Amino acid sequence: MNLHRGGWWHTAVGVLILAVLLFPVYWMANVSLQTSSSAEQTPWIPLHLSLHGYRQALHDQGGHLLTSLIVAVGTVVFSLLIAAPAAYALAHFKIRFANAVLLAILVSQMVPGIVVANALYSAYNDLGLLNSVGGLILADSTAGIPFAILILRAFMGSLPTSVIEAAWVDGAGPIRTFVSVVLPMCRNALVSSALFTFLFAWGDFLFALTLTTTEDVRPVTLGIYTYLGSYVPDWSSVMATAVLASLPALVLLMVAQRYVAAGTTTGAIK
Amino acid sequence: MADARLPSRISSPGRRGQRALEFLFLVPAVAYLVLFFGYPVVKNVVMGFQEYTTKTFYTGEAPWVGLANYSAVIGSSVFDRAVLNTALFTVGSIAGQFVLGLAVALYFRRRFPLSGVLRSLLLLPWLVPIIVSSAIWRWILDQDNGALNRVLESLPGVDARPGWLSSTSLALIAVIVVNIWIGIPFNATILHGGLQDIPPDLYEAAALDGARGWKAFRYITWPLLRPVVNVVLLLGLVYTIKVVDLILGLTRGGPANSTQTIATQSYHLSFAEFDFGQGAALGNILIVVSMVFAFLYLRANRRTA
Repeated sequence: MNLHRGGWWHTAVGVLILAVLLFPVYWMANVSLQTSSSAEQTPWIPLHLSLHGYRQALHDQGGHLLTSLIVAVGTVVFSLLIAAPAAYALAHFKIRFANAVLLAILVSQMVPGIVVANALYSAYNDLGLLNSVGGLILADSTAGIPFAILILRAFMGSLPTSVIEAAWVDGAGPIRTFVSVVLPMCRNALVSSALFTFLFAWGDFLFALTLTTTEDVRPVTLGIYTYLGSYVPDWSSVMATAVLASLPALVLLMVAQRYVAAGTTTGAIK
Repeated sequence: MADARLPSRISSPGRRGQRALEFLFLVPAVAYLVLFFGYPVVKNVVMGFQEYTTKTFYTGEAPWVGLANYSAVIGSSVFDRAVLNTALFTVGSIAGQFVLGLAVALYFRRRFPLSGVLRSLLLLPWLVPIIVSSAIWRWILDQDNGALNRVLESLPGVDARPGWLSSTSLALIAVIVVNIWIGIPFNATILHGGLQDIPPDLYEAAALDGARGWKAFRYITWPLLRPVVNVVLLLGLVYTIKVVDLILGLTRGGPANSTQTIATQSYHLSFAEFDFGQGAALGNILIVVSMVFAFLYLRANRRTA
């Protein structure tokens, strides 16, 4: 339990831990840059760089990457539109069944995705929502909405009531107060919720697998799965697709790492 | 919870409209929860008692079959295996993720040069889509050309190439190991957050009394970390029991059902055999199991807390 400052010796061990844990990520990048297919052993370091995998990946999966992007952005917009007002109501209005709603949100986390998919399949079939971007956005929001409500509610609950009361006294109704006073103060929590909702939707595989049946609307996660048929002839293309499918996560981690860490903690604890 | 209600002096007719307006903030979310969680659960309960197959989509008929789906599902040869696999997968994954995540969190509790950067890079495996992780590990664990077997082969005295994902005795272990790898960053991040909240002077005081190292962990860190530990384990339980994507990506439940869990078998029944009634029956069993575990877990913790 040493809380004192450690030296470079600790950094070295830290790097070692990280190297072990991140080896698979390195391996993905390494294989993606190789010319070879699964017939030969992959060299440990990509000495002969080749973009063959990336050309193939963009050719086969470019459209799927775009679909993933549209679905993920759509899910973020839809989820926040639903979650932010609800979080505000749960944090600041005296609503009798607020606790019941919170309990429902917690219990909803225990409903397996496969159960949701099983029931939605027939409903989507009747409603013509199979193979549609809208259908995937609605289904993918099952991960984002409860999570965003919990994060935003925790944050909004900690806002100073005096600011909100001041808006009331100035004659602003609940909607004006919410839009022009509360939301701007919640910027960080909104960014954090948006980020996670994006990652959930981007990484969704189960709904893509069950609620789409044709090529029309196929996110890249399902594209990778179809690549992973029983026999994979060309691992560098698969890994190039994997890298492309991980890019949003890498970019978000670099651009917004403090939101990621904050979101993980708040979302889980509060 | 903060209460920013209207001051009571505001006139009552306006207040009623205000209340209705406030209500509207919550309506879309409640409607969504009902449609995308409530409806599926109710629909699954109903489907569990119906013969609901592809035929249903053409004829619109789903005859009632009583408990036939349940007896078919439970009587199937896959069921026992799936229950055992679900238990091993869940317990093994959570134990591994937690212990390793805690070790990492304790290590990165020290402040040393670059510790912040290293800690945020640690999140990577968790942010990568799960199906991507499956793809990476499929190639690392490949029997003939995988990185792991190549390392093993180069060790003196080893000349076996285990089929990590293709042998019935190893596949489940391999799947658990990959899931542990995915879960370490999440566990480490949350536990690290919990460790940060423990006041450092407690350790200084304890050190004066001679409590350092293991003793300090046992009597200060662990008791104060318990609430966070409970949250991490409960979330781990709830999420792990319903994992589908990782297993489908790595082994598709095989070989010979050796990695089939309740969740993947439910998927298989509905979307590979198109028996939505049986898939629903197994899904319902999964809901009950996860609710029971979550409830028991919460109860046990309330008693000790």
